[in-house]
Amino acid sequence: MAKPKVGYTRRSMLKAGGAAIAASTLPAPMLWAQDTKDIVLRQFGTGVSNLNDVANKVKEDLGFTLEMTALDSDSVTQRAATQPDSFDIADIEYWICKKVWPTGNLQAMDTSKIANYDKIVGIFRSGKLTPESTIAQGTAPHSVGFVDGPGGTSFASEETGWMTLIPTIYNADTLGIRPDLIGRPISSWTELLNPEFKGKASILDISSIGIMDMAMVCEAMGEIQYGDKGNMTREEIDKTMAIFTEAKRNGQFRAFWKTFDESVNLMASGEVVIQSMWSPAITAVKSRGIPCVYQPLKEGYRSWGGGIGLSSSLSGMELDAAYDYINWYLSGWVGGYLMRQGYYSAVPETSKEFMSDNEWGYWFEGKEATDVITSPTGDTLAKAGETRDGGSFYDRMGAVACWNAVMDENQYMVRKWNEFIAA
Amino acid sequence: MQLRNRHLIGWLEASPLALVLAAFLIAPILMIVIVSFWGATEFSIYPAFQLDNYEFLFSSPVTYRVFGATLKYAFITWALTFAIGFTVAYFLAFHVRSLTMQIALFLVCTIPFWTSNIIRMISWIPFLGRNGIANQTLISWGVIDEPLEWLLYSDFAVILAFVHLYTLFMVVPIFNTMMRIDKSLLEAARDNGANGFQTLVHVILPLTKPGIMIGTIFVVTLVMGDFITVRFMSGSQRANVGRLISNDIGLLQYPSAAATAVVLLCTVMIVIAILLRFVNIRKEL
Repeated sequence: MAKPKVGYTRRSMLKAGGAAIAASTLPAPMLWAQDTKDIVLRQFGTGVSNLNDVANKVKEDLGFTLEMTALDSDSVTQRAATQPDSFDIADIEYWICKKVWPTGNLQAMDTSKIANYDKIVGIFRSGKLTPESTIAQGTAPHSVGFVDGPGGTSFASEETGWMTLIPTIYNADTLGIRPDLIGRPISSWTELLNPEFKGKASILDISSIGIMDMAMVCEAMGEIQYGDKGNMTREEIDKTMAIFTEAKRNGQFRAFWKTFDESVNLMASGEVVIQSMWSPAITAVKSRGIPCVYQPLKEGYRSWGGGIGLSSSLSGMELDAAYDYINWYLSGWVGGYLMRQGYYSAVPETSKEFMSDNEWGYWFEGKEATDVITSPTGDTLAKAGETRDGGSFYDRMGAVACWNAVMDENQYMVRKWNEFIAA
Repeated sequence: MQLRNRHLIGWLEASPLALVLAAFLIAPILMIVIVSFWGATEFSIYPAFQLDNYEFLFSSPVTYRVFGATLKYAFITWALTFAIGFTVAYFLAFHVRSLTMQIALFLVCTIPFWTSNIIRMISWIPFLGRNGIANQTLISWGVIDEPLEWLLYSDFAVILAFVHLYTLFMVVPIFNTMMRIDKSLLEAARDNGANGFQTLVHVILPLTKPGIMIGTIFVVTLVMGDFITVRFMSGSQRANVGRLISNDIGLLQYPSAAATAVVLLCTVMIVIAILLRFVNIRKEL
């Protein structure tokens, strides 16, 4: 063992002094900035809004890292309900929220910390798009959007200041068609089961959404009158499934799709000419130069909305970062990005600043494009003079017939759905 | 210190494998069996002992239809992979004389396995589609006037993919046993006046039984446990037991999925037990 040094030399004093000065001049805020840089928030959700461009922009604007995982709706529900520690931010749909909230894996958000809360579209607050609107059937976002307090487990019927999900993105869905292969106008949901398209139709194999498309068709055919398409009785489910099982046995459907890419490939390859579809899938088909229309139908749209929920395990600096992220999300850049793909932003007015007048007119106001409309990735989607399928925001969102939903008889419906797939 | 008890040493020697099997095979299966009696709500599962899951399973006509479809896929795939696998192995083992050539050709057989299972499967989709290469070629040759619809998203497509994916599992064990057949037995058969076909049926076939059986077990269990091939190649239009389970899992119905899995496991074990009645693999290896 070496002998401990005794006494101070000039050199040792200098060393110690240098270290002390260094310690006192290292500014605390720099340490904090360092921590922000190290924060990693793990977000997962469906492919629609889990975009790498968003993660890159977050890194640039806010400094922390956002890790994105894209899954299908079933997997998202599963993960949110069973693996609360695997995520910090859940980007889920409102009907998934209805299913997942009772597990206690998400925490309510204080709306006073949300800068643009007052500007959020009425659909997500009072439930009404405009004061005169009627609320559509199904799981309308406002009905599962609020809880009584920070620890609330049941949904409140009105605005309480504690939100379950901060709305981020929503749209009105309808059928996608290939006008070049159909060659005549399509105006009703009934066309999905028209024998003319035998072997060339498809619906999506996600039970909770597929059943709604089925209901839209059956109601349009006049076969079934539903009390609430978003909350069917067993009898209504049986009748709906019977109609579609018969159609399936007759070879009406070419395939069922479960992921976004599958729906794009079915349509683009011409395997299918009419099917349930999501807006960006239409965009993807069009960007390959193949004509594809998101056909407005007289019975109205089936609509959906998504939002960001916070994991109940988030706290401290990560929680603050998550609020920063939410405020940033609603501040316009993402909104503009999503609206240029055909979705709507929860706070359209902030998105306007991030879009050109031409884009805003085309996507939001339903006006004729004055110049070429391109997607965020640069593909041409529309030429000057074209208008958006379905028209303006108020035309489209005002014609919603039903919201995506989860029913009281969900388990029964799921079993019936399984039978339908196996039939 | 020395261990004198031979039994103790034997137990100690067996224990690492026993522990590994207990932890990674027995325990998960027990867990699945236990969960299959539990109950489920919309979003959670709760411990219970109830027979609801099995009751629903056995009372639903869908279950029988789906198990029937699964067995159908397994049988057709087995028949085709066996026919192809046996032929390929026979060619490799008896027609190719040089060992180098045998090894080279055998490696050629494995080339498709250099890519992922899913990719090999999905690459069939553009090929078989309505406007795919197969249909376009047939139309340009004048064989057909309209595209064949049943090429894709049908039982045909499912079985084609299965055969493509799993034939090698049949080739390898059959080739292996064939290589170990004493060539003098074939000469003896020849000397006794057997023609080629008689040699094949009375000498080679019985001697390759263990290989055939191992290949059969591979193919049958793989096909019966599959869900992704059926989903992609049938465009979600057909179902087998694997898809039933995966649908349940997707919808958080774990107990019901576990019950289906237990029934599937029993079915597969019964099938294998029947197969082993025909050939005693241990004795013949």
